[in-house]
Amino acid sequence: MNERVKILRQRSLDAEPALTIERALIVTEAYKKYNGKVSIPMMRGLTFQALMENKEICINDGELIVGERGPKPKATPTYPELCCHTIEDFEVIDKRQKTYFKVSQETYEKHRDIVIPYWEGKSIRDLLLSNMTQEWLDCYNSGVFTEFMEQRAPGHTVADDKIYKKGMLGFIKDIDKELKSLDYHNDLNVFDKQEELKAMRICAEAIMNYAKRHAEKAAQLAEVESNAKRKAELLKIAEVCSYIPGNAPRSFWEALQTYWFIHLGVITELNTWDAFCPGRLDQHLYPFYKKEIEAGTLTEEQAVELLELFWIKFNNQPAPPKVGVTLAESSTYTDFANINSGGLKIDGSDGVNDVTYLILKVIDEMRLLQPSSNIQLSKKNPDKFLKQAARIIAKGWGQPSIFNADAVIEELMRQGKSIEDARLGGTSGCVEAGAFGKEAYILTGYFNLVKVLEITLNNGIDPRTGKQLGLQTGDPKAFQTYEDLIVAYTKQVQHFIEIKIRGNSIIETLYAKYMPAPFLSILVDDCIKKGKDYNAGGARYNSNYIQGVGIGTLTDSFAAMKLHVFEKKTMSMEELLAALNADYGDTERIRQLMLNKTPKYGNDEDYADDIMKELFDIYYKAVNGRATIKGGAYRIDMLPTTCHVYFGSVTGATPDGRKAGMPQSEGISPVQGADSKGPTGVIKSASKMDHLKTGGTLLNLKFTPGLVQDEEGIDKLSHLVRSYFKLDGHHIQFNVVNADTLKKAQKDPERYKDLIVRVAGYSDYFCDLNEALQNEIIARTEHKEF
Amino acid sequence: MKGLIFNIQKYSIHDGPGIRTTIFLKGCPLSCSWCHNPESQSFQKELMQFHNRCIGCGECIKVCSEGALIHKNSIYRSPELCTMCGKCAETCCTNSIELAGREVSTLELVKELEKDVIFYDSSKGGITISGGEPLSQGEFTLDLLQRCKDMEFHTAVDTSGFGNTSVLMEISKYTDLFLFDIKLMDEVLHKQYTGVSNEIILQNLKQLSNLGKRIWIRIPIVPGINDAEENIAATAKLIKTTPGIEQINLLPYHNAAMEKYKRLHKEYQLNDLKIPAMEYMDKIVELYRLYGINVLIGG
Repeated sequence: MNERVKILRQRSLDAEPALTIERALIVTEAYKKYNGKVSIPMMRGLTFQALMENKEICINDGELIVGERGPKPKATPTYPELCCHTIEDFEVIDKRQKTYFKVSQETYEKHRDIVIPYWEGKSIRDLLLSNMTQEWLDCYNSGVFTEFMEQRAPGHTVADDKIYKKGMLGFIKDIDKELKSLDYHNDLNVFDKQEELKAMRICAEAIMNYAKRHAEKAAQLAEVESNAKRKAELLKIAEVCSYIPGNAPRSFWEALQTYWFIHLGVITELNTWDAFCPGRLDQHLYPFYKKEIEAGTLTEEQAVELLELFWIKFNNQPAPPKVGVTLAESSTYTDFANINSGGLKIDGSDGVNDVTYLILKVIDEMRLLQPSSNIQLSKKNPDKFLKQAARIIAKGWGQPSIFNADAVIEELMRQGKSIEDARLGGTSGCVEAGAFGKEAYILTGYFNLVKVLEITLNNGIDPRTGKQLGLQTGDPKAFQTYEDLIVAYTKQVQHFIEIKIRGNSIIETLYAKYMPAPFLSILVDDCIKKGKDYNAGGARYNSNYIQGVGIGTLTDSFAAMKLHVFEKKTMSMEELLAALNADYGDTERIRQLMLNKTPKYGNDEDYADDIMKELFDIYYKAVNGRATIKGGAYRIDMLPTTCHVYFGSVTGATPDGRKAGMPQSEGISPVQGADSKGPTGVIKSASKMDHLKTGGTLLNLKFTPGLVQDEEGIDKLSHLVRSYFKLDGHHIQFNVVNADTLKKAQKDPERYKDLIVRVAGYSDYFCDLNEALQNEIIARTEHKEF
Repeated sequence: MKGLIFNIQKYSIHDGPGIRTTIFLKGCPLSCSWCHNPESQSFQKELMQFHNRCIGCGECIKVCSEGALIHKNSIYRSPELCTMCGKCAETCCTNSIELAGREVSTLELVKELEKDVIFYDSSKGGITISGGEPLSQGEFTLDLLQRCKDMEFHTAVDTSGFGNTSVLMEISKYTDLFLFDIKLMDEVLHKQYTGVSNEIILQNLKQLSNLGKRIWIRIPIVPGINDAEENIAATAKLIKTTPGIEQINLLPYHNAAMEKYKRLHKEYQLNDLKIPAMEYMDKIVELYRLYGINVLIGG
């Protein structure tokens, strides 16, 4: 990387996350001005306008791609209309050791004096929690499931190529056309549509104005700049920002700057989950790159520099501060923008191009937490592409992850997307498949599969809280057969999914009614055409996900009971339950038997793997295909972010030998240490799950560096991946690190400040993880050479 | 047909081309002091003990019909009384007693090998039969190889070369690649360090070469034992005069197996031997290069 990039990258790394009160103040003022006087979509549009008009403009020294969400890098706003933090929350956020944000005296005061008095009791979070049933609240508080929209807005969506082909002026034309053709005679919803479209129009103009303000600022800076080179750059910035995003970009630079303004718009309008994401960046940029390289107006070095500066912008925007359960399920600064490379083109041909390789180079050089990156690997992509990625993975900081493009397309088509929309899609967040630019695929919360087993084994009672959360499916001591256990468990899963979905419907309605996102709606087909907001079902495709957690722990627990209680009768159910209740206190032998003399998922042995398939199916059938109130369908994902640690902390001892409070298995990976047959065993077991019925699964493998130290190792790793994908595996990622290194880092965090590891669908600084998660990663099986 | 094996290693990436599964047969006529798989030497089942795992539950003592076990901090076994029935290993909840060696049929083995066929196909890998010494369980090895060939697996045999020549000839019909160990050229020294003469070994190598088989030579480098220039010169000469040798791998001595010796209650004789440094290995590579031979380190 060149000197400029080096400096800006270092500044980004050194910038300290802090809260800024700027956004909260502008939003509060806008609400005071408009609330009750205009329709809600218009109020949201006018609030967005106020933000774009009044936010401080920040152009950092030396940068070419401009714009920050806050007044400076890593100054992170709050979103009081969604979650109005208490002063105590601020103190926790300020003082906590991990994922902290510094809070200045001024921020404390303004929050206390201006923000809290207006928002207290009125935020979506307040509204949401006060509208949930006692049943839902009990399950939420006991850790049966989490709720994504409790502090953050639905997002989970990704840009397609529209913004590069059509400037905001083009979108305004589309909006005007729809406004003109509204049916004021027969359409009962005509007013809602009109207001939504007007709000979108305001937002489109507002973002153009925001860019213009950057142009003005750059011109001002140019005037007083003494360095001729920098002066020219500032003038160029001014030129770019006065042309886009109103007009479609003409150059590589303009394309990147266009996306960046759009990104800032989305993450300022609301704190959408997964931020926002450029998606298939190599596909979008290639036409600009090709044209400019041919015309001689851009060199490869310049393209790399611009990309690297673009990367730094992502790293400057940490995920907004979370608290409580939402922090526990996702404790990271990473905001999950996850850039896709490779994959297929709309006609089904190989999508790998020159920009793909430039992006891989950028990933390798930048080594930043944000943006996250992945490759979309199709059977049609060349091996060179996979190997280039594998060489970066071998360096051991967890990026990029690898997705099966062909499986992703098949998953999307199974859900009813057209083949073209599917081919233009990819994966975002951790591992979630989506039709980019056309789908709202909302993750609604994690589901604690293992907790449901615990409740089943206690006849509907959650032992930790003593509450009767589940159905009375019978005293397990009276179960005669393994099938009795399965029947009871199935009923409990259905029961809790029912509670979760009812809650979701109310939450969705609250967002649809009170928290439209007219700016985001411009970007997602067919919100303009339908005159309907993204949060109200305006997207072409609407999917809701409930993400299953702990399938490894769950499988091994069922296998242990099947073998020892029902088949070999090594112990009675009564003995087992007593051991679990006592957290295996004086029955260490039982625990050891469960750990060591029981078939485990992850070893390519059908005994356990067949159980996994059955349990997966039970979950799949309970969720898949159920209608959402927005006219979409429910689907499942199998991923945890950091929730397997939180869910573990609220779940008692399990029949697989896991002690109470310990983390559960992560993603669809085997229980930490349970896989003893090497990586092919894990891959074969994992592939027995029917990935194509999900919208994403997450498999993590830990390799020692020795396994991939040379080209032969890279070659074999590549074959491992290709084989997994032939078996329809959805995603795989590697941690290339020794447990010893991790242990040293735990003891001496100062020396290992830069150590990045793969957590679950994203990478993070090892020393920023909480201790339970650090230990969980250390405990994962290390596949080594022998 | 049944045989005695002690391990099946999947994602085996150093025992021939591609991703492979290696089957380790138990029992070896050689007794090399540097052997890193001491459990491979005996033709009998053996018990291995992991004292650090034992929680002292005493269940193994209860199931031992010979009274061969006593508990004293950990479990101790009297080799005189033990009949290797394996009941203790079966009952041990922490696997602190494990039985090295199990009887397995070629049919079962092929089923296990078949599990990774997708990886062999993708990587042009296959299966490797190693040991112990595959030639010592000749019929079993032959049957296994025939079945593997029925499955169209790529097959490799990793051998010390010490075994019946006619058995080797028969096996070679179903073997795509031989991984052939050359330890020492001097017959007296060979006998001193491995327990057997190398005469048959060298003959067998010649036979395989005459048959036009593909051969990779593997040479352990054990400092002070087989690193003399004389030995290297003789080895180089052998390689130069033997057609069919495609690759030569030098395997630097390592002492990772010390722990295994303890588990088997066997004595490790090379306690004082240092692991060869990178520069030392580079020198040996250079010596081979002077003879016009390219060698790889590791593999």
